[in-house]
Amino acid sequence: MSPYLTALIAIVEREALRFVQQRGRFIAALVRPLVWLLVFAAGFRAALGLSITPPYQTYIQYETYIVPGLCGMIMLFNGMQSSLGLVYDREVGSMRLLLTSPLPRWWLLTCKLLGSTAISICQVYAFLIIADLYGIRWPAPGYLTVLPALILTGLMLGALGLALSSFIKQLENFAGVMNFVIFPMFFLSSALYPLWKMAESSELLHDICAANPFTHAVELIRFALHAAPNPTATAATLLAAILFLGLAIWGYDPARGMVRRKG
Amino acid sequence: MTGLRVQDLSFAYGPKQALDAVSLSVGTGVFCALLGPNGAGKSTLFSLLTRLFTTSDGKIDIAGHDLAKAPNKALARIGVVFQQQTLDLDLTVYRNLKYFAALHGISGQDAKARIMASLDRLDMAERAHEKVRALNGGHRRRTEIARALIHAPSVLLLDEPTVGLDAASRAAIVDHVHGLAADGLTVLWATHLTDEVWPPDQLVVLHQGRVLADGTAADITGRDPLRDVFLRLTGAAA
Repeated sequence: MSPYLTALIAIVEREALRFVQQRGRFIAALVRPLVWLLVFAAGFRAALGLSITPPYQTYIQYETYIVPGLCGMIMLFNGMQSSLGLVYDREVGSMRLLLTSPLPRWWLLTCKLLGSTAISICQVYAFLIIADLYGIRWPAPGYLTVLPALILTGLMLGALGLALSSFIKQLENFAGVMNFVIFPMFFLSSALYPLWKMAESSELLHDICAANPFTHAVELIRFALHAAPNPTATAATLLAAILFLGLAIWGYDPARGMVRRKG
Repeated sequence: MTGLRVQDLSFAYGPKQALDAVSLSVGTGVFCALLGPNGAGKSTLFSLLTRLFTTSDGKIDIAGHDLAKAPNKALARIGVVFQQQTLDLDLTVYRNLKYFAALHGISGQDAKARIMASLDRLDMAERAHEKVRALNGGHRRRTEIARALIHAPSVLLLDEPTVGLDAASRAAIVDHVHGLAADGLTVLWATHLTDEVWPPDQLVVLHQGRVLADGTAADITGRDPLRDVFLRLTGAAA
């Protein structure tokens, strides 16, 4: 077996094993979007009127609208959780083991990314099954066509987490990531409300939402669940993924990035 | 010369010079003790030797490979035991080693055979399927040394590997690693404890980022105890 493949399997397996051992993390990953779906969406259904916008061809309930955003939310939190794990790994020293492997660093980081993406995807499918039981269903092919969208989204958000982890010095600083990355990314997106709604209240906020890569990821998932293409969202998410991964590889370069700092 | 060679290596954390033109050579089958007080620059040197840091000031050759020009070949020839423990406590000893083997591209039956041989070498084979969390400090360190040997490195780097261990575990590990050097492995052992250095060992005294002495421990100490010589050297340089 190729050394590259051997390392990939080992790193993905380790990420999966760690995830399985942390049952609380799995439950939290599901409870969070379910609270939004079952409580928040129920309350907002009456308050928020939705017009028919693509990919929808008829009026939809608010619960249906926010499911793609909640899929994105699962992946966003998972990406940041992986980032937290990396900062922790660095503090306890196990990151050194990975970084002193003779395989290229960009490959090792990509393996980490693929591992966290695989876990995110399992969580999203578990959530979609629960949403299905709740009565929110998609065209059958949508469950398959959403897979590439989830892979791309997972890679993009995982790469963002990876990049952040290379610049966060200590675990204690991670709270800042919650306040300055997760919440703005989530709320300044089309996850909870369509962008035209945002434009009604503020053009500036609308423009910020439109530039947010998470908005494009959510729209990519939304269209993919309806087995419909969305080239703009695909291109924007792909571009963001490449940018974030490049930043992460730069951040972990021993000559430039975080590893130059002591610790 | 197939061991380890460091030439004029310098490194600074901003304005603070951590290493200043450090040079040393360790031949095949030699146990070299890198002795220095806390803050001498030992861990910085190890970070440079393992490419966690890089510097353009100086040159590192590992088993004949230039670390700057051929990092992957050089890293493939070193085994490392870091000062900080790097084992996954919730995995078994075997699984920890299997993960490491995979990071070096070793899998399947080859990995299994190497892991068991490596554990056997450190008298840890019977603990292969115990969780690391259940092991005492000495056994955890042995596990890390066994792990560092899986890919048959030419050079073994150990950064204060006996920190936090009781006297018996410490002595056993020092004995083991001297045995590995006698079997042909190049060993660089960082420590601040003089009783871990044996008279025939190569001794490099590092203080404030500079090499103060380099030779066999017996030659450096003469008839005096190493502890006194070390305190004299580092005290005089302070």
